[in-house]
Amino acid sequence: MGTVAQLFFDAVSLGGIYAMAALGIALIFGVMNLVNFAHGEYIAFCVFALIVPSTDAVAVMFLGKAPALVLIPALLILGALMAMTSEYVVFRHFRRADPVAMMIASFALGFVIQNGLLAIYGSRPKAISLWPSLNTPIHVAGADVPLLQLIVIIATLLVVSGLALLLKKTRIGLEMRAAAENFTMARMLGVRANVVITGAFALSGALAAAVAMIMVTQTGVADVRMGGSIMLVAFIATVIGGMGSLPGAVAAGFLIGAVSVLLQAFLPLDARPFRDAFLYTLVIVCLLLRPQGLFASPNSKPRV
Amino acid sequence: MSNQHQAARIRAWSTPIILALALLAFVVLTTALGDKSMARMAAQTLIRVTFVVGLWIFVGNSGVVSFGHAGFMAIGAYASAWLTLKPQTKALFLPDLWPWLAQAEWPVLPAAIAGGFLAATVALISGAAILRLSGIAASIATFAFLAIVNTIYSNWEGVTGATSSVVGLARYADQWVTLGWAVAAIFVAAFYANSASGLALRATREDEVAARASGVSMYRHRVLAMTISGFFTGVSGALLGHSLGVLNPGSFYLGITFITLAMLVVGGIGSLSGAVTGVVALSLLIEALVRMERGIEIGTTEFALPSGAQEILIGVVMILVLIIRPGGLTGGREFQLGRRRAEPKQQTATNRGVTT
Repeated sequence: MGTVAQLFFDAVSLGGIYAMAALGIALIFGVMNLVNFAHGEYIAFCVFALIVPSTDAVAVMFLGKAPALVLIPALLILGALMAMTSEYVVFRHFRRADPVAMMIASFALGFVIQNGLLAIYGSRPKAISLWPSLNTPIHVAGADVPLLQLIVIIATLLVVSGLALLLKKTRIGLEMRAAAENFTMARMLGVRANVVITGAFALSGALAAAVAMIMVTQTGVADVRMGGSIMLVAFIATVIGGMGSLPGAVAAGFLIGAVSVLLQAFLPLDARPFRDAFLYTLVIVCLLLRPQGLFASPNSKPRV
Repeated sequence: MSNQHQAARIRAWSTPIILALALLAFVVLTTALGDKSMARMAAQTLIRVTFVVGLWIFVGNSGVVSFGHAGFMAIGAYASAWLTLKPQTKALFLPDLWPWLAQAEWPVLPAAIAGGFLAATVALISGAAILRLSGIAASIATFAFLAIVNTIYSNWEGVTGATSSVVGLARYADQWVTLGWAVAAIFVAAFYANSASGLALRATREDEVAARASGVSMYRHRVLAMTISGFFTGVSGALLGHSLGVLNPGSFYLGITFITLAMLVVGGIGSLSGAVTGVVALSLLIEALVRMERGIEIGTTEFALPSGAQEILIGVVMILVLIIRPGGLTGGREFQLGRRRAEPKQQTATNRGVTT
């Protein structure tokens, strides 16, 4: 019983991180068909904003020193600003370009941010302790669950429901949904494209900041390359969820979290280092069976 | 009419010849004028030409961006290492190799070709699966493929040496060997692009639905292009291993994927000349920036770029090219002799002319 509960908490908290990262990517894809490869670097950027710029191995807290009540909003705003800046500087020039060019541009932007971080902070991973007390386990349903996992689960629920409220109840949310449905039509009906796109980037950046805080607390390491792997998983979640579908992205994020925890638990010991290879093979199989994604809306196929 | 077709055919064949001569000139110039490090730079450039031309065979003709080709490169590189390393070295570093492979001591050329064939086989199998998808889903699936290859090669301790490097490869891949392979890749790419299959594939790139309505089987042509493409990227991997003498799974991951895509995009994804131009242009730019990072003297003051500036500048250049010239430097055209008069005159200068 205990192990089942343990697995459940592991799966849901990992899935929560993936879901949040996937939401950040799906939001932008929904509004402007951009596959944003720089998203992982937004996460890394937010992590490194916590510490003082230096190439030493030991990290000195910078933003991270602030009390949580200041730190959390500050980092969320910083992430949003970062994403909005990148939209203004780079993606605004690609409004009429095709999605492939935008995708490659975002890849290049991610590369620039990553190497910028490398130049400032050096390539060595740094130990960093943000809220270490959150990793102390507490007893829930016969399993030892770090407090952080519970927080992640609750935070994911809050973020997802908050986002849902924002999208359903506010004007900007309505405009975003309209833009995701049919951008050209929405513009013709008076939706301000730049406002919607900037809004989507701001939300996406804030989500990246949230993922960054959770990852840092959980792993205690700041690594320039940390954005890459989570970004890949988040992409896959967006694709499996049906490109641009927000509920789909969340569901697929949780699904991938669950599958990778289960693989980790039940693969034979020899095969365990290859867990990710199994995971990605399943992903390709899944894409082959449902190329439109598991939760795609029926009209998502491009019309001729 | 048929005369016009024939003339167009002959003009199309002038492209690989011009490109091959330009690369030959590049090698002769760097060997004659430069030092040893210049020669090494030339060899690296030509390996990338082989890779990017291989990549172009698929990406340029099909219009599907592949992030997975660095995986084929890894496969070719390790296959060639397995075949050429001395049995004693393999027994020491790669103890779990299959017995016949552990005993193998092939000459370098068949080993490189075998590496290419293994990569092509994997490309055929993975392509047969992945290419049933289209558009962005296919691109993401190739990314998943890259991650699969990387995970396997970084963890298969007894066969690939995992994350510790495989050392002791014969360093035979100098600028002349790599020139040979690059030229071979260019000719095969030109041959494929002008073949019925290449034309059909480009038709699907321009308009998927119209091509299908005209009876073109997109899937079959994509898989064929992917297989040929896998062969040359595999060979380029083998060459890279035999040029550096060291193999590490990390060198076949996101870094090389990024830089090769950058080269393809900067040169112009739509044409073979673009692929070659992009590699030579960016390689020269990288070399110049690396030298500037080391510091150069202008008059009496020494001037050095901060380290890391090179990568950042490459990224910035790539974004700028995408914004200012979405078709790349060549704008999707080929270098050809004897253009028709109606078209605007196009420069047929060698591709080094466009580096600034």
